[in-house]
Amino acid sequence: MARAQSNRRIAVMTIIGWTIGILMFFPIFWTAVAAFKTESDAYTLPQNFLTTPWTLENFAIVQERSDYVRYVVNTTLIVVLSTALALALAVPAAWSLAFTPVEKPTSRLSGRAWLAIMLGASGACFIVLYVNGWKVSNFFVGFGLLMLVVIPATIWVWTRNTPGTLLWMLSTKMMPPAGALIPIYLIFNRNGLVFADWGIVDLREFNLMDSLWGMVLLMTLLNLPIFIWMLFSYFKEIPVAILEAARMDGASLWNELFRVLMPMALPGIVSTCLLNIILTWNEAFWSLNLTNKNAAPLSFFISEYSSPEGQFWAKLSAASIMAITPILVIGWFSQRQLVRGLTFGAVK
Amino acid sequence: MPSVLVLSGWAFIPLALTFYFAFLSYNLQDPENTGWAGLSNFYYFFKDPFFVKDLINTIVLVVGVIVTTVVGGVFLALLLDQKFWGRGIVRLLVIAPFFIMPTVSSLVWKNLIMHPVFGLTAEIQRFFGEHQPFDWFGRAPLFSVGLIVAWQWLPYAALILLTALQSLDEEQKDAAQMDGANAVNYFWHIVLPHLARPITVVILIETIFILNVFAEIKVTSVGGFAGNLTYLVFSQLNDANDVGMAAAGGLVAVVLANIVSALLVRFVGKNLEA
Repeated sequence: MARAQSNRRIAVMTIIGWTIGILMFFPIFWTAVAAFKTESDAYTLPQNFLTTPWTLENFAIVQERSDYVRYVVNTTLIVVLSTALALALAVPAAWSLAFTPVEKPTSRLSGRAWLAIMLGASGACFIVLYVNGWKVSNFFVGFGLLMLVVIPATIWVWTRNTPGTLLWMLSTKMMPPAGALIPIYLIFNRNGLVFADWGIVDLREFNLMDSLWGMVLLMTLLNLPIFIWMLFSYFKEIPVAILEAARMDGASLWNELFRVLMPMALPGIVSTCLLNIILTWNEAFWSLNLTNKNAAPLSFFISEYSSPEGQFWAKLSAASIMAITPILVIGWFSQRQLVRGLTFGAVK
Repeated sequence: MPSVLVLSGWAFIPLALTFYFAFLSYNLQDPENTGWAGLSNFYYFFKDPFFVKDLINTIVLVVGVIVTTVVGGVFLALLLDQKFWGRGIVRLLVIAPFFIMPTVSSLVWKNLIMHPVFGLTAEIQRFFGEHQPFDWFGRAPLFSVGLIVAWQWLPYAALILLTALQSLDEEQKDAAQMDGANAVNYFWHIVLPHLARPITVVILIETIFILNVFAEIKVTSVGGFAGNLTYLVFSQLNDANDVGMAAAGGLVAVVLANIVSALLVRFVGKNLEA
């Protein structure tokens, strides 16, 4: 009796579960179907997919018309390079945070004192700029003023205890991109803008707008906090004693990091990289703003299809399917580990 | 620690520069007019009719999406926690939208699903005898954007709540059943308190991301009607070419986000020490 009931319960749950699963997945499925239709079938009413002939021509046309492969290469390059760069920066940072924690802030000044210093520095900048008529024509004056504010802030960060440093890193991730868009845009776009005429070097030669390296750097910076957080939480689980034993046996710092620590934390490192790959691959705000041709990644490429003069839905679908498939597979494989990174370690 | 140095550069320099530009009258189309602008950037930014509308849009978007995703996420997590056939596959189907890039999902929703002539919803409406299918993006742009964003973030809430749910003690479950708790009581007194913490995390993190929703609005070209603050900053820079104004807007957005992130930092910080 009880068994029959529980079987019926399972059957009901199966129906509900599958219904919702299919509903959630439906837009993706619909896209996939449209990708295999011919362009005229995609507009034919009523829509159906059983009787229309299936075709692969959309995929070929997408490549032919707009050199799809180039966007894939750009995206892959940005993703791989920024992940590698972030990894190189994050491993030492997470290592030192996890194994040599600083209990107390090393500076004796309180947070309020630092705040006062920073406000004072900004005030000083304000006065200098005001006297100068809000024009910075000299490289050294501009740089010096910037440093006047940035250096105290940096020292403040350096002297935090370990939890403080970690939280500060997290907080950088929370700054809305809208707040950083203007300076980043102007720094990237140097053709005749503010940062071109600072005297000693002609920065116009190093225009970062729409360049692969600019995007790589930016993506690295964007994801570095999450990277350090996740690595930190994985390193935490490795007993310090093992590292100490290695050190006793005469392992150099290099060996300690690469022969002992990294192999032990390999699953963690891999899942961190996967999360980073997913986030970078799907990033849209900065790619839409800072690239347009040479360095444009896939998300930019897809957005081109929003233009009203070209409503090629079957092609749009084909391009979309190609763009999301790799990341969907990676995401499905790493869903367990993702939870940790997506909540900054708050839920395991 | 080179990372700290790099990150400080990233965190402070743009902010300091934004601050600087915010007080400057600096328009790319008007190179003659430069110099000190005082607070006028802020004044005009606040006076801009788009500001109030976009601020309201932002709040509506954030609150609406969060309520939808949290309620739906709890429901989905409870469902996926049950035993049924093919649960693994259903879970994959449910979390899939989260991995779709925003530009793709907005275009797919706009053109294939919600299009007034060729879209799927139009089809369904016609099937039920409606001759004028509803034009989602024309008539209810904010709702449409919200729907897309909610579709993307529902899996996130579900995934995290599910993980939390699975850490609930089996023993506790059995004990509750032994005591004769019915399903509703069990849910209110055991499951929900257990989920309180992850729900808070979901709300805070989603707030940060949804405050910055940009691609969905840009790509579906409803920025004029359903733009949020991020979009307003973008359009000040790209359409009006007014750097000073955009910087002022950016600062407003930073202040808004800081209120939320201060809460999150405190919350995660507590967690870090425990």
